[in-house]
Amino acid sequence: MIEVKNLTKAYGNFVAVKDVSFKAESGSILGFLGPNGAGKTTTMRIITGYMPATAGTVLIDGLDIFSQSLEARRKIGYLPENPPLYPDMRVEAYLRFVAKLRGVGRAKIDSALEHVLEVCGLTDMAHRICGQLSKGYRQRVGLAQALIHDPPVLVLDEPTIGLDPRQIHEIRGLIHHLSGNRTVVLSTHILPEVSQICDKVVIIADGRVVLEEYLKKLPAGTSLEDIFLNAITKERHDDGATAEETLEEVGAGHT
Amino acid sequence: MKNSLTIAGKELAGYFLQPVAYVVMTVFLLLGGFFFFALLRYFEMTLAYSAAMQQNPEVLQQINLNQRVIEPMLHNLAIVLVILVPAITMRTFAEEKRTGTYELLLTAPIRTGEIVAGKFIAAAAFMLIMIGLAGIFPLILVAFGNPEVGVMFAGYLGLSFLAISFVSIGLFTSSLTENQIIAAISCFGLLLLLFVISWPAQAGGSSYADLLRYLSLPDHFAQMVTGIIDTRDVVYFLSVIFVALFLTQRSVESARWR
Repeated sequence: MIEVKNLTKAYGNFVAVKDVSFKAESGSILGFLGPNGAGKTTTMRIITGYMPATAGTVLIDGLDIFSQSLEARRKIGYLPENPPLYPDMRVEAYLRFVAKLRGVGRAKIDSALEHVLEVCGLTDMAHRICGQLSKGYRQRVGLAQALIHDPPVLVLDEPTIGLDPRQIHEIRGLIHHLSGNRTVVLSTHILPEVSQICDKVVIIADGRVVLEEYLKKLPAGTSLEDIFLNAITKERHDDGATAEETLEEVGAGHT
Repeated sequence: MKNSLTIAGKELAGYFLQPVAYVVMTVFLLLGGFFFFALLRYFEMTLAYSAAMQQNPEVLQQINLNQRVIEPMLHNLAIVLVILVPAITMRTFAEEKRTGTYELLLTAPIRTGEIVAGKFIAAAAFMLIMIGLAGIFPLILVAFGNPEVGVMFAGYLGLSFLAISFVSIGLFTSSLTENQIIAAISCFGLLLLLFVISWPAQAGGSSYADLLRYLSLPDHFAQMVTGIIDTRDVVYFLSVIFVALFLTQRSVESARWR
């Protein structure tokens, strides 16, 4: 479970994230949507403890990412926007290194490694050098790295970017399969991805949450695209738009 | 501690996955070999000259291998390190920041102190390997002459302390930037400054001159090279290492400050 509470992040005078709050429940996949530069990556970096928030906080399974940082970070698997690979290392050595860093016990490393290599379709790539992999495989190694310690919370920043359609299909299947009783937050700007695998959607525009809703509860007959476009254009016209208003408007447009 | 060793292992292996480490070692050992050869030739010449001049045996006794070969060689190698250490340490943090692997390190459940310690252990170990390989020169002297082994050992110990102090400063400058060139140049500047810092002290005998003399790295190093292992010099090197690593840890930790 991830609880984001009134998160604000300012870089000097520029406020990237303004008072963002949302909740991702265990056993569900939350799709984090927003146009480029909306503050998705910043929010995810704060959730994973990479950068501090100017105000507000994040609870990971009840642990505060700032005051109980180490314990909270232990629970997270994180795939940043760019897969954090060491270009000179071989895939296997790299994953072993990450496993040790993330506190996987010595006895369990071999089985954990074998498991993620298989799950991410990397078994044949184990001895390749990370820097020489194609974008798709780099993305998979990034995913394997996030999964190796079997974390209860997964934060994935654009996990399917740069993949070919078949790989996208596989990775989506994988994420869906992984969710189980984990908490998964994934950011994307591919809308069909959200409708296919997510349980809940949070739309962020210009640093603010403009919509937080379960997919099931979205008005019938409306496409996510309409909701998304409406939410982000609404934001531009009127800062005070609430999620309900956005939904009503879209709903009205279709009836 | 376990996490530090994990990082140290990966870093040390990483040095040898890149050509930079081999180039640095080769340059260090080639120059070392050249100094050794040149000084030895000069030593031979002085000896032959003095003998030919029929000087008294006491003067001849004073021309020894330690003073004429090992000492100047170590001083020269210290200056070579001023240039080579920045090339080794510039990557440590700057590269991770640029490629995004910094995000992996800082979101892993490890303390920033452990990251700094790991990188320090690896860089220090690399220096010790390199200086250890340069131990071939004293071995040659032991095989063909009779130098004082203890004095040479103290000199190499001094060079190791010097190199490890340099490495700590290099880690600090690398932690400040994501640009490797900036990291290298500022490290080089700081190291060179520590080399020349006592120059203004020659002018006067005030307390500030004492301070500058105390800060001067070659003064402490020169003591050890002559075979004197003084706790004051050891404390000086340990202080440089400690202060630089402390600043590095603060610099890495500052990413978490609100």
